[in-house]
Amino acid sequence: MAETLTIPRGRIDFPGIGFAIVLSAVIIFPLIVVGTWAFTEVWRYPNVVPQQFGLRFWNQTLSRADVWSALTLSLQLSTVVTLLSAAICLPAAYAFARMTFPGRNVLFFSFLAGHAFPKFGLLVAIAAIFLQLNLIGTFWGVVLIQLVGTLLFMIWIPVAAFQSVDRRMEEAARDVGASPLRVFWSITLPQAGPTIAAAVLLSFVGTFYETEGAWLIGAPGIRTMPVLMITFINNQMVIQYGAVLSVLLWVPSFIALLFARRIIGGGAFARGFGG
Amino acid sequence: MARLDIANVTKLFGATRAVDDFSITVTDGELVCLLGPSGSGKSTLLRMIGGFEKPTYGSMTIDGEEVIHLPPEKRPTGMVFQSHALWSHMNVFKNIAFGLKLRRLPKAEITQRVEAVLDLVGLKGFGERLTHQLSGGQQQRVALARSLVLEPKILLLDEPFASLDQHLRERLREEVRDIQQRLKITTLFVTHAQDEALSVADRIVVLRDGRTEQIAKPAEVYRTPATPFVAGFIGQMNLISGVVSEGEFGHSAFNVPVAVADGPATLAVRPEALTLKPASGVGMGHVHRVTDYGTHAMIDVELPDGERLKSMMPTADEWSSMQQVDLVPGAFALYRDNAAIYRADVGTPPRKAPSRTRGTVNA
Ligand SMILES: Nc1ncnc2c1ncn2[C@@H]1O[C@H](COP(=O)(O)OP(=O)(O)OP(=O)(O)O)[C@@H](O)[C@H]1O
Ligand SMILES: [Mg+2]
Repeated sequence: MAETLTIPRGRIDFPGIGFAIVLSAVIIFPLIVVGTWAFTEVWRYPNVVPQQFGLRFWNQTLSRADVWSALTLSLQLSTVVTLLSAAICLPAAYAFARMTFPGRNVLFFSFLAGHAFPKFGLLVAIAAIFLQLNLIGTFWGVVLIQLVGTLLFMIWIPVAAFQSVDRRMEEAARDVGASPLRVFWSITLPQAGPTIAAAVLLSFVGTFYETEGAWLIGAPGIRTMPVLMITFINNQMVIQYGAVLSVLLWVPSFIALLFARRIIGGGAFARGFGG
Repeated sequence: MARLDIANVTKLFGATRAVDDFSITVTDGELVCLLGPSGSGKSTLLRMIGGFEKPTYGSMTIDGEEVIHLPPEKRPTGMVFQSHALWSHMNVFKNIAFGLKLRRLPKAEITQRVEAVLDLVGLKGFGERLTHQLSGGQQQRVALARSLVLEPKILLLDEPFASLDQHLRERLREEVRDIQQRLKITTLFVTHAQDEALSVADRIVVLRDGRTEQIAKPAEVYRTPATPFVAGFIGQMNLISGVVSEGEFGHSAFNVPVAVADGPATLAVRPEALTLKPASGVGMGHVHRVTDYGTHAMIDVELPDGERLKSMMPTADEWSSMQQVDLVPGAFALYRDNAAIYRADVGTPPRKAPSRTRGTVNA
């Protein structure tokens, strides 16, 4: 099997090059176009390069009150959802990883089930229930729906992380006098730390960009950044509003990426968090 | 300093009897080795003492106090694991200090005690190191220090040096023995290496399939093994099966006089107790191979039925392959039904089996 994976020396890797070209075309090219639009003031057909660059639309976009309130709202939502998700999922993940109880496997796979069906259908069904509960158009309604979306990786990734913590380390801590709770806090959690941090980060960023649930449950009262951006792109004749917002929206994922590199890089996964 | 009493402890994992009706009393400051092949229940026994497994039956007391119902964190025991199980997110100092912090000792005392124990295990100045910056031997020393700093009544060591090379193992086990004697700490030491057990133990417990085969001092286990299993497990041993009839143990190649009742039996004789004599004409067997170890020579002798015995001789010079030899057993023991039934301290010279009875003795 191994020889099929190595690329013969001195030969041109055509599939690889083709793959790189396709990737650039579908990812880099749109990014460049959107990035260019955000800094463009005049760009008329058939020019390949904009006639006039400028920051006029940045001023216009950033001076809009709805942009700032959407950004604040999105950050609040992501933070609340991530914290709640961590508070609920991490103890549950620990229980899944370390204990046996009746119905364990069924419950475990039920978290997958939420993602096994077409998401939009599920959302509509939930929306119907939320309508009864007067949760439509409310902050906590959106929190609830987005919380459901984070369950999968906030359970599955931490379960894997907890399971890979050496049991002897936990036993050694019991041996020197730590209670089970103390062992979880001082040994298991820091050992699983880097992986769990990755899951938390994923949950935060995923929630920040989540649109379907936010739109279906939140509309019209709750408008998050991505929802606002879609509205701009759909309704406004000025392309630059949408472009500026998309460039703005890259910021959190960029910060997340940098942060992820810091905690995940440097062998942190093997070592656990320093304490 | 403590006394440990284990009475009739049995541990079942489903249908597996990991430990079967085990009893022992370990006295103050004693070092007892649990010795046995893989799967004989050594770790299970140790983990029950540490509180990580609950016995199915039986009782365990430390200084007269029942501990069976106590979780590990409430037991006055300290365990060192084979895989050292150091906490890789803490440095050496924090690993050792963790247990002291849990006991809410003042900072100055913690520092002073950690420094003292680091000194004891020969790792002065290593406090700031991360655990992965240590060698395997140093990691095990830290693991030992982590237990010792809490001054446990009973120290439990589960094959602490199994993953280290031979030289380091020998050095560390001697260090552990020194420390154990200096602190006079009651210790149970699990190993499957008989040389380790023989060199450090006050007493050895030989386990097989969860059952005790023998509990005795090292010299006694070596000289008078209670069962053929112990005889074969500790040191090198020739085990020869045959039949006793009319006061003689008979094998196809030779007969030895013994004073026991008739019936099948196993004769056990150590290589160093089995001397060779050049035979005139056809002997009891012939030399199969000569291995020269410098200090002594090991001669493999093949009997006419193909069975091979080992004999230890002072030099290799007089022996060569295919040479006809006679056997002279010194001390030997005879086993029947898993128990010793006869011991000879100085052997009576064996008689070569008459050629007409060859091959019929075993029938
Ligand atoms: N948690 C467990 N569940 C089921 N069976 C177990 C468990 N732990 C041990 N056993 C069984 O109990 C028996 C004794 O195991 P134990 O680990 O005590 O042996 P050991 O003497 O320490 O062996 P080794 O030298 O390989 O470490 C084995 O048959 C093992 O399979
Ligand atoms: Mg073991």
